[in-house]
Amino acid sequence: MAALDGASGNPPKTTFYNDPVIRGYIYQLLVAVLVIGFFTWIVINAAQNLAAQNKSTGFDFLGRTSGFSISFTLIPFDRTSYYWQAFVVGLLNTLLVAAIGIFFATILGFTIGIARLSSNWLVSRLATLYVEIIRNIPLLLQLFFWYFAVLKAMPAVRDSLALPFGSFLNQRGFFVPRPVWDERIVWMWLALAIVVVFCFVLRRWARRRLFETGRRFPVFLTALGGSILIALAVFLLSGATVSFDFPELQRFNFRGGLELPPEFVALAFGLSIYTAAFIAETVRGGIKAVSRGQTEAAESLGLKEGDRLRLVVLPQAMRVIVPPLTSQYLNLTKNSSLGAAIGYPELVNVFAGTTLNQTGKAIEVIGMTMLVYLTFSLLTSAFMNWYNGRVALVER
Amino acid sequence: MTTHFIRSEMVPAQPAPHRTSGPILWLRTRLFSSIPNTIMSLVVLGLLFLIVPPMFFFLVPTTFGGHAIPFGLEPDACRVPGAGACWAYIGARINFFIYGFYPPDEYWRPNLVFLLGALLIVPLLIPRAPFKVINAVLFFVVYPVVCFYLLNGGVFGLRSVPTEQWGGLLVTLIISLVGIICSIPLGILLALGRQSKLPIIKTLCIMFIELWRAVPLITVLFMASVMLPLFMPQGTTVDKLLRALIGVTLFSSAYLAEVVRGGLQALPRGQYEAASSLGLSYWKSMGFIVLPQALKHVIPGIVNTFIALFKDTSLVSIVGIFDLLNAVQSAASDVVWGSPTQAMTGYLFAAFVFWIFCFSMSRYSMYMERRLDTGHKR
Repeated sequence: MAALDGASGNPPKTTFYNDPVIRGYIYQLLVAVLVIGFFTWIVINAAQNLAAQNKSTGFDFLGRTSGFSISFTLIPFDRTSYYWQAFVVGLLNTLLVAAIGIFFATILGFTIGIARLSSNWLVSRLATLYVEIIRNIPLLLQLFFWYFAVLKAMPAVRDSLALPFGSFLNQRGFFVPRPVWDERIVWMWLALAIVVVFCFVLRRWARRRLFETGRRFPVFLTALGGSILIALAVFLLSGATVSFDFPELQRFNFRGGLELPPEFVALAFGLSIYTAAFIAETVRGGIKAVSRGQTEAAESLGLKEGDRLRLVVLPQAMRVIVPPLTSQYLNLTKNSSLGAAIGYPELVNVFAGTTLNQTGKAIEVIGMTMLVYLTFSLLTSAFMNWYNGRVALVER
Repeated sequence: MTTHFIRSEMVPAQPAPHRTSGPILWLRTRLFSSIPNTIMSLVVLGLLFLIVPPMFFFLVPTTFGGHAIPFGLEPDACRVPGAGACWAYIGARINFFIYGFYPPDEYWRPNLVFLLGALLIVPLLIPRAPFKVINAVLFFVVYPVVCFYLLNGGVFGLRSVPTEQWGGLLVTLIISLVGIICSIPLGILLALGRQSKLPIIKTLCIMFIELWRAVPLITVLFMASVMLPLFMPQGTTVDKLLRALIGVTLFSSAYLAEVVRGGLQALPRGQYEAASSLGLSYWKSMGFIVLPQALKHVIPGIVNTFIALFKDTSLVSIVGIFDLLNAVQSAASDVVWGSPTQAMTGYLFAAFVFWIFCFSMSRYSMYMERRLDTGHKR
C-alpha cells in the first residue's frame, strides 16, 4: 500500500527544483545576492576612488564656512555662513518658487481647463491652442526663452518698463511696491484669525441646520463679507497705518520697494505657464468624467444651475481631479530644480552645484538633495492616500 | 345644389423657417449666444487683435509682407532697427543645429542614420503594415548597433568621430531613442517585479521605481555625471554621453514601469488564470498571454512617456552635453550674427523643432487610443 500512502500523504508532486515555492526562494536569494554584491562592489570602488583622490567621507563639511554668497536669500546668508545654511537657503528658495508657481498655475490651469469646455468657440479654441503649444515644448527651453530672450532683453534700468501700481520691469528684475505697516497691524491679523475660526464653527452649524430643517444658510457669503468687514473695522479702530514703499529710480538702480530678481521671475512665470497647461487637461478630464446623467439627475431634482455644479458635478469631478493635481504640484516642485540652469539659487543650484563643486562631497551632497525630493514625494503620496480614502466611493 | 368649400383667395405666405446653419447663425450660437458670452468673445477678439499682428510681422519674412529676415541674407540685415526674427541666422547655422561639431564631410553618416530610422519606424507605426516582429527586431536591436558603428566610425575604414563631436538634433534624437529602446525591457521587468508575489523582488522593484520617480531628472543626471565615475573601478572612464544615457534610461524606465503596471492591473484576472490552467510557466504565460494584451492597451501611455522623455532630453545640456538646446544656446553668443533678435530666433526655432516631434507623437497616441478603444463594440 505504499502507493496509496503516498497519495494520501503529501507526495512530492515534482522534483524539488521544479517546486514553485522552492524556486521562488531560490530566485529571491539569487536577486538578493546579486543586488548586495552590486552594492558592495560600488561601495568598494567608491572607497578606493575616494582614497586615491585623498578625499574623506562624512557630513562634517556641513559645519564649515561656505565662503560664497547667494544673490537671493530668504534668511541672512554671506561668505561666513555655514554649508548647512546654504542647504537651508536653497531649500527655502525651492519652496518659495514652488509655492508661488503652484498658486498661479492652479488659477491659470483651472481657468484654461474650464475655458476648453466653454461653448464659446473662440474661448475654447484659444484654450486648446495654449495647451497644445505649451505642453509640447520642453520646460527648460521655455525657461531659457523667458529668461534670456524676454527678461534679459528688457530695457536697461534708465528706460524701465513702467507697469501699473508703481511697479517696474527692467533687465535687473521686477520691482514692486512693498507694503509697510506698523506693529498695530497685529490686531487686525489677530481679529482675522478669530473670524476664520468662527467661520468654521458657522459652517458646522449651518450644515447641521441644513440636515435638520432643510433650510440653507449662505455660509460662504457671510464668512467672506463678515471677515472683510471685521478686519476693516479692527484695522480702522486700532489706528494702524499701512503705506507702500514704492521703488524709485536713483542714479544707477531702483531704491526701495521689493526687488524680484529676473531669475526668480522667469522661473516662477515659466513654471506657472507650463504646469497650467497640464492642470488644464486634468481639470477638463475631471469635469468630463462626470457623466451627463448626474447633471440630468440633479436637474430632475429641481436643483438650480449653480447648485447642480456646486453640489453634484464638482464634488465628483474633484475626486478625479485632485490626485493628478497633487502629482502636478509635485512635478512643479521637482521642475523648479531647472532654476539651476538660469541661475536661480534653489536647492540643486546652491547645494548640488556650488557646494558640491567646493567640497567635492558628491555622494553626501547628491544623497541629501535626492532625499529632500524623496520627502516631498512621500508627503504628496501620503496626502493622496488620505484624500483618496476620504472621497472614495462608498459602495455596498 | 352643391356646396363647395373652396378657398377663393391665396393663403398668406408663412414666414421662412429658421435657419439651422450658416455663418450668421454659427456666430450667434457659438460666439454671441448670451451677454456674458458676447463680452468674452469681444475680450478674446481684442486680445487677438493685440497679439496676432505683431507676431505676424515678427515671424513672417519680408518677402511675404512681414519684418523677419529671410534665409540667405547677410548678418547686417538683421541689425536693421525694427527687424523681426532673423531666419537668415537659422539658415546659416542649420548644420550646426542638426549635427553639432560633427565633421562636415562626414554628414552623410548622420543622414544615413536619419534615413534608416525613418524607413524602419514608419512601417512600425502603421498598424496594418506587415512583418511587425522582424521590423521591431530590426528597429530595437539591429538599428542601434548599426547607428553606433556608423556614427562612431573606427571600423570598416570609417573615420573615427568621438562622441564629443556629436551634437545638435542628432544627439537629442540619439538620447531619446536609446532612452526609449533601453527603458522598454527594463520598465517591463520592473512592472512584472512590482506585481510579483516574491517579497524581496517586489520590495526591490518598488524601491527602485519610487526612488527614480521621486527625484527630478536633473539630480539623476548630476548623479550620473558626478557619482558614476566614483562607482566604477579605478581607471575606468565612462563616456560623458553614455553617463547621460544611463541616467535618462534609469529615469524613464521607472515611469514606463508604472505605465505597464497600469496595463497589467487592467487585465482581467481570468487571463492570468487561463494561462496557468494551460500549464504555462510564468515567463510563457507572461510572454504569450499577459504582456501582449497589457502592452497593447498601454501604447498611448507609453507614447506619452516618450513625449516626456523627448522633452526631458533637453536637460542634458545642463550637464554639458551638446544637444539641440545647448547648440542653440551656445550659438546665441555668436558675434557674427549678433543682433537684438538672435537669441529669440534661436529659441523659436528649437521650440518649433521640439513641438513638431512632440505634437506628432501626441497625435499618434490619440490615434492609437481611438483605435484601441474597442471595448464597447463587443
